[in-house]
Amino acid sequence: MPQYEVLWAGFGGQGIMVAGQLLAYTGIKEGKNVVWIPSYGPEMRGGTAYCTVVVSDKRIGSPIMSQVKAACVFNRPSFDKFCPKIKPGGLLLVNSSLINTTTDRTDITEILVPANKMAIEAGNVRAANIAMLGAFVGATGIIDPKNLEAVIHEKLGAKKAVLGTNLKVLAQGLEIGKKGIRQRQKA
Amino acid sequence: MAKVLMKGNEAIAEAAIRAGANNYFCYPITPQTEVAEYLAKRMPEVGGVFLQAESEVAVGNIVFGAASTGKRVFTTSSSPGISLMQEAISYMAGAQLPCVILNIMRGGPGLGGILPAQSDYFQATKGGGHGDYRLLVLAPSTIQEAVDLTMLACHLADKYRNPVMIIGDGMIGQMMEPVEFPENYTEPELPTKDTWAATGAKGRKPRVIKSLFLDPYKLEDNSVVLYNKYQQMKKDEVRFELYKTSTKNKVLIVSYGTMARICQTVIDELEEEGVSVGLFRPITVYPFPEAALEKEATRKNIDTVLTVEMSMGQMVEDVERAIARRRPVEFFGRTGGIVPTPDEVKKQIKELIKKKHGAKTRQSTTKSKKKG
Repeated sequence: MPQYEVLWAGFGGQGIMVAGQLLAYTGIKEGKNVVWIPSYGPEMRGGTAYCTVVVSDKRIGSPIMSQVKAACVFNRPSFDKFCPKIKPGGLLLVNSSLINTTTDRTDITEILVPANKMAIEAGNVRAANIAMLGAFVGATGIIDPKNLEAVIHEKLGAKKAVLGTNLKVLAQGLEIGKKGIRQRQKA
Repeated sequence: MAKVLMKGNEAIAEAAIRAGANNYFCYPITPQTEVAEYLAKRMPEVGGVFLQAESEVAVGNIVFGAASTGKRVFTTSSSPGISLMQEAISYMAGAQLPCVILNIMRGGPGLGGILPAQSDYFQATKGGGHGDYRLLVLAPSTIQEAVDLTMLACHLADKYRNPVMIIGDGMIGQMMEPVEFPENYTEPELPTKDTWAATGAKGRKPRVIKSLFLDPYKLEDNSVVLYNKYQQMKKDEVRFELYKTSTKNKVLIVSYGTMARICQTVIDELEEEGVSVGLFRPITVYPFPEAALEKEATRKNIDTVLTVEMSMGQMVEDVERAIARRRPVEFFGRTGGIVPTPDEVKKQIKELIKKKHGAKTRQSTTKSKKKG
């Protein structure tokens, strides 16, 4: 597979860093090269948090880039900040539970994921990041969902109830992601 | 051992433990505090020492004391903290004490900022403290390399009885990558420390560890001993990596650390556009791989050498020295915590090529366009 870069962005506490790390762990499981880079800098409590994950079959050169192939945005400030950072032909996943707008860009695919709503209905709002992760993997297929599930078992499996919620929203997210891509193919 | 995903800071911390550097002294500072956080948990598990001192000045002196006993000693900090340790570093170099110092560099001068930079190159390679001394300085560009070089640093410090510094920019500390630790780590044999270490003088003559020599002849002698060690390092410890260097290169980039891997992407992308550029990446920045660089840079096909750094231009002076005006040396850098993107570096190279041999480049660009 060619190199794939995805940016995760939201408020601190939305599980942004964890979502990126789960993706990176799955990449390693599949023998791929991965890099995970957090945003680090002076930030205030409740400010934005973001990370970039690069997955590739080849040696990864630059860990930073002017534009990324995909962005998963969890709140409005991230939506505004990172929409322009997506490469033409790229992918935007929007947490539509908290972002009540859509992009004006016509050169990217946009998928709306009601991540918070899905997580609350499944029993824990903190699973919103997993809903989004499911949608991202469903849409891109850059890693095998089965391996991702195994990683979630491994890393987040300590509390059985939380694991159940996570797996439930993961499955739902995957469906949304796949559907999103099918829509694009039709058009 | 299977590959694990680790943050640079944590991977370096684990590597130090694996290499037996079980005495760690620190004072927290962004962007390297995770080293301390990790070792606070990990040191008790291996029966090592974890101590947070009241300041970096104290850390430097504790490291001096601990190193005097012949144990492997490790400390980490970031730019302003490393400045505070300089007195002790100079003393350790003078007293021939081994230790490993990690500097996860942030923007300076002064308190500066907390984002990645490479602006402590001069401090690391040219002194920082006073006196005729050098540090052996290693500059990793991936997390795996940071692990390998940390373990190597522990060995080299003992081999030369000299402080060894690892310089990584903030990115190296904060980034996560898969790493593998060697299963059964063994080192080549080292000279015994039982000729100089302060281990208690019962039954033998006391040993004195000091950097004070009031007799100028003795002080000069000590400096000559140090000088000879540095000459030995120049002979045996020079490390570097070449990336896509060939007889087609018109431009040779010289870059280290995170900046070098950004340049690798630049080189890959330019290759697709039909522009051939090579990379020379110093891994030891002291001793600087000057002979190897001179050889690569003065090949017939090379028109220009471009040094790229996250600073206002520091390593470029070593590059100029190595090439001794036999090729034009250009510089591109960003600083203050700004990490140049591949696009930015690419633009620089294109402008450079256009300036040097405009007609040829335009031709080759058209050619590659036709192919596409």
